[in-house]
Amino acid sequence: MRDKRMTADEVVGRIEDGMTVGIGGWGSRRKPMALVKALLRSNVTDLTVVSYGGPDVGLLCAAGKIRKLVFGFVSLDTIAYDPWFQRVRETGAIDVLELDEGMVQAGLRAAAHRLPFLPIRAGLGSDVLTYAPGIRTVRSPYDDGEELVAMPALKLDVALVHLNRADRHGNAQYLGPDPYFDDLFCLAAQRRYVSCEQVVDRFEGAPQTLLLNRMMVDGVVEAPGGAGFTSCVPDYGRDEQLQREYATAAGDPERWPGFYERFLG
Amino acid sequence: MSDVTRAEVCVAACADLFAGAGETLASPMGLIPSLGARLARLTGEPDLLISDGEAFLLTPESTVEGWLPYRRVFDVVAHGRRHVVMGANQVDRFGNQNISAIGDHARPTRQLLGFRGAPGNTVNHRTSYWVPRHGPRVFVERVDVVSGVGYDHAAGPFHDVHRVVTNLAVLDFATPDHSMRLVSVHPGVSVDEVRRQTSFPLAADDVTETRLPTDGELELIRTRLDPDAKREREVR
Repeated sequence: MRDKRMTADEVVGRIEDGMTVGIGGWGSRRKPMALVKALLRSNVTDLTVVSYGGPDVGLLCAAGKIRKLVFGFVSLDTIAYDPWFQRVRETGAIDVLELDEGMVQAGLRAAAHRLPFLPIRAGLGSDVLTYAPGIRTVRSPYDDGEELVAMPALKLDVALVHLNRADRHGNAQYLGPDPYFDDLFCLAAQRRYVSCEQVVDRFEGAPQTLLLNRMMVDGVVEAPGGAGFTSCVPDYGRDEQLQREYATAAGDPERWPGFYERFLG
Repeated sequence: MSDVTRAEVCVAACADLFAGAGETLASPMGLIPSLGARLARLTGEPDLLISDGEAFLLTPESTVEGWLPYRRVFDVVAHGRRHVVMGANQVDRFGNQNISAIGDHARPTRQLLGFRGAPGNTVNHRTSYWVPRHGPRVFVERVDVVSGVGYDHAAGPFHDVHRVVTNLAVLDFATPDHSMRLVSVHPGVSVDEVRRQTSFPLAADDVTETRLPTDGELELIRTRLDPDAKREREVR
């Protein structure tokens, strides 16, 4: 079986300008921050990012990497709003496709199933459709005749996710309480990269925690602490102090360069 | 029991949101609605399901009784056995809610959370709102961005915006055109004060006074659910 181990910089070397990149995790939870840092150090730009957004989105906004964001929310969980995301929105610096968070799942699932769309009720009557005129509705061909949102497939060029354990072939395991949507991100993408706390030869724990199999992964990066400062339980919780420093610096142009250098270093 | 606080009245009003809910997932956002949901489960609604806010369903004794990661929350939303109590940066006369952005969506004056689950919640199952500071900037004639769907938008067979509980009052939409109505004012609050703090005309016939928590409820709130009185910081 193939050995898919590589470095974070090698992963980023396979990401091209203008690509659509899906980022796993949720808010400030189990984000592939080591891979995001590698993106920040690279020259890659003009990205469309799909994310249940947290500081991954804020940092990529700060570095001017995002042309368009597809999102249901951006939050740091214990801090309501990400200051960098707020700034780029309030200055009109990025395009957005803002969705209901269930629509993000439906779009990823449509892509994963190679379907053009999936019907979903979420979005009807709200301003999701006002600001996303490209999203159409579809009418049930059955007797109910119900009109539903036809959520288009969110096809990804690249998926970046972080899990607790992986083997060198791309099988990977979450050990925390929630898998989030990392399997869907991988299934929706052409190129799939997982970073992990530890590369192992054998998995311990229930087989139900083996979220990714090797069909779903093209590269494995061993990155201990690679979700920090977001949480990666049970290996570690969120570094709330570092997150507060991030949010404070993000809201203060004087302090940002110092924080950013230290964070990337 | 004496000296009932405004926060305690709000907790009981939030508990009353779940009357008749039965074996349904209660999804309260924020401390006061969470205390309300847990109070309801300890009193009239023992069959409510309540999560830890992350991935587990917890019993009143805080033991795990189920697994509910986000992907399965979306399944419950679509299935419909859920009553969410969301926050709101803006709510309008017909129950539209905004947590996305203030101003023009293309270039907001203030970026907020995003749509989150509000569009899906409001078209799939019962939804209520909790507003800890009732004022004219929250209760607006028209929300800037419709995140949660109100009664003046076609919203399908399951749309059900139930009530709005605030630090001043309880409101609902039980009028002929589903515009907002004042149901009760909390003890010490006048109808005029609620009207002054609301930017649109409010139907206000048969307004009652919001009930006080019972002695048994106060005991539960003060000794079991919130012994550190964190509720007093959310509502003064």
